[in-house]
Amino acid sequence: MAAEDLPSEFDVVILGTGLAESVVAAACSRVGQRVLHLDRRSHYAAAWASFTFNGLLSWIQQHHEESLPEAAPDWSSLLQEGEELIYLSGSDSGFIANLQVFCYTSEEDEEEEAAPPADTTEEEKSEQEEKLEEEEKQEKLEEEQKEEPDEVRRRTSNPVALKLIESLNASHLVQSQTDHTQGAEPEEDQPHPSVTPSQPEPRKKISYAQLVKEGRRFNIDLVSKLLYSRGSLVDLLIQSNVSRYAEFKNVTRILTYRHGNVEQVPCSRADVFASRQLSVVEKRKLMRFLTSCMEDTEEHQAYKERPYLEFLRDQNLGENLQHFLLHSIAMATEDTPTEAGLASTRHFLRCLGRYGNTPFLFPLYGLGEIPQCFCRMCAVFGGIYCLRHSVSCLLLDSHTNRCKAVIDSRGQRISCSHFVVEDGFVGADRKKVATPTRLLSRAVLITDSSVLLSDSDQQVSIVTVPPIEAGSPAVKMVELCPSTMTCIPGTYLVHLTCQASGSAHQDLSPVVTKMFNTPDSPEQGERPSVLWCLYFNMADGSGVEVEGHDLPSNVYVCSGPDGDLGHERTIKQAEFIFHKILPDEEFCPPAPNPEDIIYDGESSTATGEEEKQEQEEEQEEKQDEGKQEEKQEEEEQQEEEQDVETHEEEQKEEKQEASE
Amino acid sequence: MHGRVKIKSTAQQEEEKRKEREKKLKIYVAARDACFSKRKEGVWDEEALQLTQQLLSSNPDFATLWNYRREILMHLETVKDEDEVQSIYGSELAFLESCLKVNPKSYGSWHHRGWVSARLPRPDWARELSLCDRCLSLDDRNFHCWDYRRMVVKMSGVPVDQELEFTDRLIGSNFSNYSSWHYRSTLLPLLHPESPEPPSPCREPRQSSPPPSPQTHSHRVCEEQLLKEYELVQNAFFTDPNDQSAWFYYRWLLGRAEREEMISCVYVSRDEERVAVAFSRPVNAQSVGLLLVLDGQPQRVEWRSVHPRFKHSPVWICDLPPGTINDVTNEHNLTVHWTEKHTHRDCALYTGRSESWCRDSATDQELFRSELSVEKTSVLQSELQSVNQLQELEPLNKWCLLTIILLMRALDPLGYEKETLAHFQTLKAVDSMRSAYYSDLCSKFMIENTILKMEYAEVRVFSISDKNLTTLCHLDQLLLVTHINLSSNQLQRLPPQFAMLQCLEVLEAANNAIENLEGVYHLPKLEEVVLKNNKISTLSDLQPLASCPKLKRLDLRGNPVTQTANIESELAELLPSVTDLLL
Repeated sequence: MAAEDLPSEFDVVILGTGLAESVVAAACSRVGQRVLHLDRRSHYAAAWASFTFNGLLSWIQQHHEESLPEAAPDWSSLLQEGEELIYLSGSDSGFIANLQVFCYTSEEDEEEEAAPPADTTEEEKSEQEEKLEEEEKQEKLEEEQKEEPDEVRRRTSNPVALKLIESLNASHLVQSQTDHTQGAEPEEDQPHPSVTPSQPEPRKKISYAQLVKEGRRFNIDLVSKLLYSRGSLVDLLIQSNVSRYAEFKNVTRILTYRHGNVEQVPCSRADVFASRQLSVVEKRKLMRFLTSCMEDTEEHQAYKERPYLEFLRDQNLGENLQHFLLHSIAMATEDTPTEAGLASTRHFLRCLGRYGNTPFLFPLYGLGEIPQCFCRMCAVFGGIYCLRHSVSCLLLDSHTNRCKAVIDSRGQRISCSHFVVEDGFVGADRKKVATPTRLLSRAVLITDSSVLLSDSDQQVSIVTVPPIEAGSPAVKMVELCPSTMTCIPGTYLVHLTCQASGSAHQDLSPVVTKMFNTPDSPEQGERPSVLWCLYFNMADGSGVEVEGHDLPSNVYVCSGPDGDLGHERTIKQAEFIFHKILPDEEFCPPAPNPEDIIYDGESSTATGEEEKQEQEEEQEEKQDEGKQEEKQEEEEQQEEEQDVETHEEEQKEEKQEASE
Repeated sequence: MHGRVKIKSTAQQEEEKRKEREKKLKIYVAARDACFSKRKEGVWDEEALQLTQQLLSSNPDFATLWNYRREILMHLETVKDEDEVQSIYGSELAFLESCLKVNPKSYGSWHHRGWVSARLPRPDWARELSLCDRCLSLDDRNFHCWDYRRMVVKMSGVPVDQELEFTDRLIGSNFSNYSSWHYRSTLLPLLHPESPEPPSPCREPRQSSPPPSPQTHSHRVCEEQLLKEYELVQNAFFTDPNDQSAWFYYRWLLGRAEREEMISCVYVSRDEERVAVAFSRPVNAQSVGLLLVLDGQPQRVEWRSVHPRFKHSPVWICDLPPGTINDVTNEHNLTVHWTEKHTHRDCALYTGRSESWCRDSATDQELFRSELSVEKTSVLQSELQSVNQLQELEPLNKWCLLTIILLMRALDPLGYEKETLAHFQTLKAVDSMRSAYYSDLCSKFMIENTILKMEYAEVRVFSISDKNLTTLCHLDQLLLVTHINLSSNQLQRLPPQFAMLQCLEVLEAANNAIENLEGVYHLPKLEEVVLKNNKISTLSDLQPLASCPKLKRLDLRGNPVTQTANIESELAELLPSVTDLLL
């Protein structure tokens, strides 16, 4: 479509499709604001995105070919009297640094050729990447054609998936998922891996070629986070009914790395009861601590400022329990003050048992789903979406110091009352950032088995790794199994995150070589092997505030992801921005059921039909899992046809047609 | 603006919903009436099956319709061949599954499922079992499902060890589950029976053993398995000491088999020409075939309980025909046969003796290690240790305190008396709602201790003054007592069971709060009653005393009844035998 097709007036223009921006978009659209939501990238969710393996490779490629920022065209001709121009940053890649890729598996299937030396450095790899380029280009082309091809595929349902619904049934459902599938779902539908880690040795390593071939079945997150089941994101998803667009899986285990071993942390009542590593007295002490810490006591007050570790020590809990409580439950460091330590312990405990035996949920198909769900809600209420479409500058009313309009990357002037922007698009000169800039270190591993073998090979685990030596960072690790729909059978996807003190590789590779078999590991033990890994640093969003920048008063900056495990900060920020824009409106009230929505302007039959279709689609979604099979088939069919558009697209076009 | 989303107003939505409801109701009522009229006409056809299905799927608790459905199915059974019946019942099961999704706790659906499963020509029990497992994983305390599951297990003969694993699994996921623990207690004795009984002489021969199925109850569990169970249940109550289910299971583990039924005492009195028989548990002597043989001659006697209120009683008495044994120069041999239980007890009344008895004493029977088992002392000792450890961590946990008391009683009731009393004090303080229960329990234990002391001293005097007794129990053990001292307690009544003290001569019960003397009833030897400072307020309260023929001395000082007008003359009339009255 041509750029001129865009309406020239909106209430809110939003640039960037990260989580905070998407939540603001949904919230505004929901209460009747006209929303234009743009992203310069060709994918949704910005730094929150999930990529297929091949998608990730091309993302890596992009960041290697650091493109020169294009000189912004001079739009001053569009200026009217009393207006000034503010140019936005042309490049958004500033948040990624120190990218390093290692491939430790053979390039081709072993039947075809003997395994080459395992270690392939980046340089060596470039050759092989070239080989792939053809293939990738093909992929990219496809992707461009249909904007978000994997979105459709992602929505195929999984019988073990959970709908996040606030009801008794739902909590039962979640409990059931550990052992049994619900209802009369045929078991074969379950995406169980054909290759199990317990397979007799020597097992065949999955080759790089295979990873690429099945690359579309990966959903690799740039950010690694989990949803606290009573955290603000889950509350928001439920409250706003956005939860109907996503499915979730419980994190099944909390693990910790201690004395060179991975151990399970007992945190729920059932875990404590079943634990073999705790004595009965320890069990009592732990349970008592967990119960007593929920209420504020004078003792807590007395320790308020002192380290949590000191408080724990004085509880006579013993070394085992102290470790679990400090590192795995509070996820604190040795110098976290008691007040903060207790607060995070309580949050952890409050979340426990809502949907299962751990406090965490993970969205099927990756975290990149979540911003897209909010975009979808925005689109349902009339928001307009364009990818690969940016805002190049803002038009400032010099009297009021407010942003009157924006000029998009195609030179169209679009007036708006508010402008929300991802911090990456704001030039460094205008941005107020915490100095020194904080970075996160990230690693993404594809491994061949779980860090802790158990009865089930479909475990989703969070592993807390305390500093392995003095001065090194505490690392949070999330291990995803294939049933989370983020990796292929026979592999696990492992995300490591910590606050950066050096490059990601410097920070994280010591942990990786200790906990996994890589060619750098001092000895090869009974540990999972790393097939492929990626290290990179990204900006820590916790350094960026909504306000206080050198920008007009009606321009709000959304920060990127921070290093916390939850989403509290981002959701709070989105709500804050929303209330700045619309102080008197409700933030994300429950969306009505599809059958209660009336579409205005149903005069043109063509659009009317489309809308009906849409309603039907919505209704279909509402259907319980009984209909899954059909739905899945239907969607597979759609996938084959390749020319389906996403919901947002559909809506967008529709609106544009309507406005013509 | 075009394309804006509008939401129907609440009123619109309400209206639509109301219409929808009305429409549904109309359809429902019409279908219901159609069903009723068809049933009246005795029509058992496919259409009726359809109609009831439609109704039951929206309301699975409509019992009449399930009945009608069963009638139809039973009719179809007679007209269709086996394969057709199988497929009809197969679809019935599928339909029921959808009903259970609507209401997983519907009595009607579960009952009908049981009925269908039992009639299915080729039942698929494995499928039923997995349905139960699925249901229980959604709600592990759904007792409807537990019931149905028991039936499935019984019908399909699931191996006991598999069932035990099943309880392992459920307890592992949530140990607050009485059903699972209880099921365990029925499975363990089957899977790990107690090693061959220590020879007990008059044990009834074992019945031809039924095939081991989880439904049959046996008694005890072998020690090796018991130790494992102790560990399991300790994990539970250390994890959550406030969860009752684990404590109850623990009590079962520590408990022992029911006492053997036997005649524990035969007493004969020459003066009254009366025989008293005590049993190990309350029986109805009129219906159990009790036979009294005197010097080889079966006697026709009338057995009566000690108080007309009791149909069942541990003590029964009968009067021999006058002149049978009243001559002190004669020796007599008595045998009481309990024909039903093939047991009997002899008693000889020698020349010159006015009474005689034969019995197993409370100490012989180890009666008061009552609640707990006779496992090895070392096991109980180590259990006591670990529960004490828990008590140190949780000093105010009532279950823990109670269990300690029980363990102490099992180990050494007299030695731990002081600790036991202290724990009872704590219990009453931490669980004040149940303080009366603890007082009664404590009274019971004090009485048991006093009985033990009396038995060791080999006397017939029972003295338990100033012990805060709130209730009396084990009175059947006091059949032979001649002198009882209950002074300075908190008793409010002398209950009907008190009439079991057939040998009592002196009753001291000063300084209590007694207002009721119901149990001082037909005590043939009672001569002296001290009721100083109690709460007897009316003459009619003293009525039972009139049934004691030998009462001579009565102390009523400090009772409200002494304020009654003409009290002395009234008493002289009521109790003519009393010669020594204190008011």
